[in-house]
Amino acid sequence: MDFNDTPEEAKFRAEVRAWLEANAKPKDPNKARAGRSNKAEADRLASARVWQAKKAEAGYAAITWPTEFGGLGGSSIQSVIYSQEESNFEVPGGFFDIGLGMCIPTMMAWATKEQNERFVKPALYGKEIWCQLFSEPSAGSDVAGLRTKAERDGDDWVINGQKVWTSGAHFCDYGIIVTRSDPSAPKHKGLTFFFLDMKSPGIEVRPIKQISGESNFNEVFFTDVRVPDSQRLGDVGEGWKVALTTLMNERLAIGQGSGVDYTELLKLARQTELESGPAIKDANVREHLADWYVETQGLKYTKFRTLTALSKGQTPGPESSIGKIVSGPKMQDLASFAMDLQGQGGILQGDEDAEMNAAFQNQWMWGAGYRIAGGTDEILRNIVSEQVLGLPQDIRVDKQVPFNELPSGRK
Amino acid sequence: MNFDFSDDQKMLKDQARKFLDDTCTLDHVRKILEGDAGHDEAVWKGLCDLGFAGAAIPEEFGGLGLGPLELCVLAEELGRCVAPVPFSSSIYLAAEALKQFGSQSQKETWLPQLATGACVGTVASSEGTQPPSPATVKTSFADGKLNGTKIPVADAMISGIAIVLANTGGAGERALSLVLVDLNGDGVSRREVETIDPTRGHGEIVFENAPAELLGQEGQGWDDYRRVEAGAAVLVAFEQVGGAEAAMNMAKDYALERYAFGRQIGSYQAIKHKIADMYVKLELARSNAYYGAMAFAEDAGDLELAAAAARIAATEAYRFAAQESIQVHGGIGFTWEANTQFHYRRSKLLALSLGSASRWKDRLVSELEKSNVA
Ligand SMILES: Cc1cc2nc3c(=O)[nH]c(=O)nc-3n(C[C@H](O)[C@H](O)[C@H](O)COP(=O)(O)OP(=O)(O)OC[C@H]3O[C@@H](n4cnc5c(N)ncnc54)[C@H](O)[C@@H]3O)c2cc1C
Ligand SMILES: Cc1cc2nc3c(=O)[nH]c(=O)nc-3n(C[C@H](O)[C@H](O)[C@H](O)COP(=O)(O)OP(=O)(O)OC[C@H]3O[C@@H](n4cnc5c(N)ncnc54)[C@H](O)[C@@H]3O)c2cc1C
Repeated sequence: MDFNDTPEEAKFRAEVRAWLEANAKPKDPNKARAGRSNKAEADRLASARVWQAKKAEAGYAAITWPTEFGGLGGSSIQSVIYSQEESNFEVPGGFFDIGLGMCIPTMMAWATKEQNERFVKPALYGKEIWCQLFSEPSAGSDVAGLRTKAERDGDDWVINGQKVWTSGAHFCDYGIIVTRSDPSAPKHKGLTFFFLDMKSPGIEVRPIKQISGESNFNEVFFTDVRVPDSQRLGDVGEGWKVALTTLMNERLAIGQGSGVDYTELLKLARQTELESGPAIKDANVREHLADWYVETQGLKYTKFRTLTALSKGQTPGPESSIGKIVSGPKMQDLASFAMDLQGQGGILQGDEDAEMNAAFQNQWMWGAGYRIAGGTDEILRNIVSEQVLGLPQDIRVDKQVPFNELPSGRK
Repeated sequence: MNFDFSDDQKMLKDQARKFLDDTCTLDHVRKILEGDAGHDEAVWKGLCDLGFAGAAIPEEFGGLGLGPLELCVLAEELGRCVAPVPFSSSIYLAAEALKQFGSQSQKETWLPQLATGACVGTVASSEGTQPPSPATVKTSFADGKLNGTKIPVADAMISGIAIVLANTGGAGERALSLVLVDLNGDGVSRREVETIDPTRGHGEIVFENAPAELLGQEGQGWDDYRRVEAGAAVLVAFEQVGGAEAAMNMAKDYALERYAFGRQIGSYQAIKHKIADMYVKLELARSNAYYGAMAFAEDAGDLELAAAAARIAATEAYRFAAQESIQVHGGIGFTWEANTQFHYRRSKLLALSLGSASRWKDRLVSELEKSNVA
């Protein structure tokens, strides 16, 4: 048992590190990790594009992609090595994850050679950004319950309806969308999948103000939006199959969660004086700290087990499916506990007044959404119990019935 | 990255599993539960004959000369089948204490006997319902004589030697020393005690001027004891992981067989999600236990932290799986006849055998404070 790189892995790590040292600034360990915030989003986007282009030029933007798509043709383990090294540097990111993690892989699996030649590189270099238009007001966990209509008209399709929670739609250039092309078929059978230009006439993007007051996602309205049939991915009525490619990649893309963790809580506990004495000496504080430490380490070493399998060229086991189930509630609960420690001052959220630039308060807000985005806690438990443990699927009342006869949404 | 056991270690695990599948079914464990013996002699003898007890004992002292990682894979299998054997007392604790702190002659005398099972060893620290510490241990050792009462002591009735945590009169943490005593010598009396898990026999031992000798240095007992405990915590974590997985599988199998309201109970999310949570806790425990194994094997200085993490995660995984497995079984799970009780009993026994989770959480945070991560 060891954490050592193989000689090839070590060589790759050294290359990556040298490149990062030459091109990026190391992280300042004394700077508290701030929660996500979209203040000055335009500035961050601009600098993220510059960094993305640099990374793509060096081949590190898509390590596992084939070289003909601008990737490095590398292994998953190399990709992880890069991320490990990059996490020690102060680099802008977050804008391209959905596009490169989900949309473009779906394109690579289903679009034509010419289309991929046209779209993959600009996405990789951060020139064009993609979004995922799946969820609707009446279709979230149950995404196949979507209603946005696509009707054939000559060489085009005409799309009408509404998507919601579309992250980044307000700055995206292209999107992938699942639509209902046959409402009289059972729900998984009547779907058709497209990619489209977000600047098409008839698309209106309205930012949604989140619980945090920021706006990272949007409602997207479609009024007679024309999409050429050549932008259809997969067969008519086979959109669910294509969507599954995206959703599979979603699970790979959504990682362990980030943000404040036990180290920041430890720091806070050390500097906080409770009525009973230093917070770090409080039994309740110590129990919680230990529990979150154990969870964080558990996820870290679970990842190491997965990497071991990859490093040996084996298929990783199902253990990686526990990541978001553990990290979502942990993010939220840890932040909430840290706020409690600060007493009345725990409500402060202004950068100046709040402890550690309001990192706990921001994470407390974001944690609530993290447990929903990309598969809720409940859906993930269904996945573990059904796909890992072989327990029966939920009883389904909607599989054989024509879609237009089903109840959905909020009644 | 090679964060896994080697092929040889996995082979050893398979070998142990095959042996235990044949000889240590829950029917065998039930015989111990319902009978007078505190352990299954046939299983214990078999484990010793296969060389497992001596796996990590050096060859010069009659063992196989393997290491902690081999003990970890064996522990997982012992935990899986709720083995009623004195393996943890004799090997994780007594043999490891002798290996680390024994004099050459102590090792020569006792390790070969522990390796073959000719003698069973145990560690005696508790003195009742107050957790042992430099402030509470009253058993005293002076002028070669041991006096005091230890309860509960695992495998007290079948052990030939005990390593006793005793007060030697020093100040503060230096109050304690480890003392090696021959339980068949003078001044030792013992009785069996009733516990929550009769499949692992326990007793009370009373020492009245019992001849004994120091193991390791005088005044170092508390540090040495905690060091042995940390290694044992890793091994017990593997037993807990094995047990938690078995309890989870029991719940899962029952959830697939049992119908209520016209459906398998495993199709209700209240049950499915409960079992998914067992799996999540199990994987967190397994991953922490692997790291504990590595820290134990490499002796790199972070054993205390790694062991605490392994113990906390594994204690929680086994607690939850064992307790909720009864819940999934409904009324039948609460009966004597059902096998769910074995894990319920054992999970609590293991949770307390090296001290409670709260104590280990406190130890973990003390290590974090030292390591200065923030
Ligand atoms: C920050 C954020 C970003 C997002 N970005 C995108 C994006 O870019 N593109 C996109 O398409 N979508 C996006 N989403 C939408 C996200 O995928 C959905 O919110 C999510 O799938 C849940 O759907 P819903 O909100 O409709 O809730 P619902 O599905 O209505 O769920 C409501 C509650 O019911 C529970 N529930 C539902 N079905 C079951 C079941 N079978 N068993 C048990 N419980 C159940 C859920 O767990 C939840 O607690 C984003 C969401 C968030 C919060
Ligand atoms: C101490 C004790 C005393 C008792 N005394 C009496 C008595 O005097 N008279 C008498 O008639 N009975 C008595 N009972 C029986 C008791 O009422 C049943 O055990 C109880 O109703 C559960 O039924 P079950 O054991 O068949 O479990 P099951 O119904 O098989 O349940 C097994 C598991 O499945 C779960 N489950 C079942 N259906 C669902 C569902 N729809 N959704 C989610 N989860 C579900 C249960 O919660 C449980 O976890 C007693 C039981 C006990 C333990």
